[in-house]
Amino acid sequence: MKRLFGSRFRALRSSAALTASLLLAQAVVATELTGAGSTFVYPLLSQWSSDYRDATGNKINYQSIGSGGGIAQIKAATVDFGATDKPLPPDELAQFGLAQFPIVIGGVVPVVNIDGVAPGQLRLDGDTVARIYLGQITQWNDPAIAALNPGLKLGAGAISVVHRSDGSGTTFNFVNYLGKVSNDWHTKVGEGTSVQWPVGVGGKGNEGVAAYVKQIKNSIGYVELEYALKTGMSFTQLQNRAGNFVVPSLESFEAAAASANWSVAKDFSLVITDAPGANAWPITASVFVIVYRQPKDPVRSKAAFDFFRWALEKGQARAKELNYVALPAPLVKSIESYWASEIK
Amino acid sequence: MSALPSAAIGLTIDDAHIKARSVVETRQDAFFRALLFAAATLVLLILGAAAASMLWGGRLAFETFGWKFIVNDEWDAVGHQFGAFVPIYGTLVSSAIAMVIAIPVSFGIALFLTEIAPTWLRGPVGAAIELLAGIPSIIYGMWGLFSFVPFMAAYVLPWVDLHLGAVPWIGPLFRGPPLGIGMLTAGIVLGIMVIPFISSVMRDVFRTVPASLKESAYALGSTTWEVVWNVVLPYTRSAVVGGIFLGLGRALGETMAVTFVLGNAHQLSESLLMPGNSIAATIANEFTEADSDIYLSALIALGFLLFVVTFIVLAIARLMLYNLARKEGH
Repeated sequence: MKRLFGSRFRALRSSAALTASLLLAQAVVATELTGAGSTFVYPLLSQWSSDYRDATGNKINYQSIGSGGGIAQIKAATVDFGATDKPLPPDELAQFGLAQFPIVIGGVVPVVNIDGVAPGQLRLDGDTVARIYLGQITQWNDPAIAALNPGLKLGAGAISVVHRSDGSGTTFNFVNYLGKVSNDWHTKVGEGTSVQWPVGVGGKGNEGVAAYVKQIKNSIGYVELEYALKTGMSFTQLQNRAGNFVVPSLESFEAAAASANWSVAKDFSLVITDAPGANAWPITASVFVIVYRQPKDPVRSKAAFDFFRWALEKGQARAKELNYVALPAPLVKSIESYWASEIK
Repeated sequence: MSALPSAAIGLTIDDAHIKARSVVETRQDAFFRALLFAAATLVLLILGAAAASMLWGGRLAFETFGWKFIVNDEWDAVGHQFGAFVPIYGTLVSSAIAMVIAIPVSFGIALFLTEIAPTWLRGPVGAAIELLAGIPSIIYGMWGLFSFVPFMAAYVLPWVDLHLGAVPWIGPLFRGPPLGIGMLTAGIVLGIMVIPFISSVMRDVFRTVPASLKESAYALGSTTWEVVWNVVLPYTRSAVVGGIFLGLGRALGETMAVTFVLGNAHQLSESLLMPGNSIAATIANEFTEADSDIYLSALIALGFLLFVVTFIVLAIARLMLYNLARKEGH
């Protein structure tokens, strides 16, 4: 299956390259770039690709096959770029001659379905969420939850836990956060795009989790912000590392991205959950683009970086409309200097 | 005398003609036979190749976990520990529930359409069943999730938990919180999905029963039920079982609809009200993000096990049919 797609991509690439070289003679370059990976970033990338075509005439063909698939495709060099929700470690990038940088920020939001609890009303902290997902807290009137919510009276409902059934970057960022704030989670479950959940039911995709949470009384789930807002579900506040309770919003995601310490991360290999900022949303996530350090085809590579530059400079406004968060300006600067120094 | 040679010549001409024709026809026959043989072996070849390639793809998982892969109920992508017991169990149980529902209902539909329904009703109902068979499984899944699950959670499961849960022996199967999603819901949705397949086959074969047989039975004073049970069913038994196989095969391999309502949890539970997992749903859910070789290999190995499970189930059914036929002296 992978090989089949691979050869099709290769065929596409070579035919596009042929067209490009033919057109080059007439000094008109119209390249069709291909990318594959993260489903999380797909709505934005497809919007970008149509904006970019209107602006420059160049096409971006993005296949949302999942982060794992995107990494496999770029390693096999069947696409021009891969996109992943889970950053690759620098040594793995070096091994395959790849470079990596963030392209956009998003966030994961816990949602609950409890009678009488309005969106943003329930307050939780990371440890409590971890213990709920470990099956250690099973009732909504647990003292740990009551202590966080002095003004809110919750009845004795058995908590139904909902998680993703498919492997996903959303899950990765969620469990990465739980692992950072709960030692128990770190040792018993760990992190990954899919993990062995101690309790709960699995919904397929953000829609699946949203549907389950809506239908099961006294349930808790986690979805991307876009889904929490669109479906009008009761998202929760979370206590961040600075000790403040924050509401999930583009502002608190931005605060998290700005306060994350990008400068220490080689190849931007940093998961920005549990960020230190005073108003930072604790489960903020970034999407990374992966490209070759030494591109085989300089024309296509230049076209790709023209697109990324456009996306970072002009495309971020569009990101906001779709409930993604623009990268902070200093980060954009360091990405551009990373390109200058790392990409041949 | 003079007539003889011409007759002899005529004979030789005819002979040669026949000979020439028979040579051509023998060749055509041979070609046709080879074509049919190739078509039949192609099916075997594709089946064998698919099984072999999945076995090859899953070799890492089989080598690493050995026989434990089948009996281990752990599925941990982080710790790289994989066992197929939960998905195998879920596949078998959800299909069994589906068959318990689908076989009697399909039988009733087919019986009604061939024996009882007024002629003007047979066409529309028959067409409706065939249309049902053409609905994509994702539609059943979405209907299951958005309409059927809330209905089950609000009305059916609380009753099941309260009444069936208290029955000795089978009680533990029906105890649990009314989540709405789970093995029972998945089995019912699957049952509804396979009804069109089984009932349309049953209807078609019931129609092939010669009217004289049925009329003789009626003439001897049989009721409709006796005619169906003693004449129609024995006459069509192997085809009816074939139709059930078709539905069972579909239920075992169904992916999308099951994924939506099964709950997709790698947990073993004796209650049918709790979420579980099936082989096809696990593969569909986790294939795209399987980020390690052993994970990918375990998923492909699951695909191979689905082959094996299906084969064993169908073999058992065939064996039962064979024993039944022998007992009755066919």
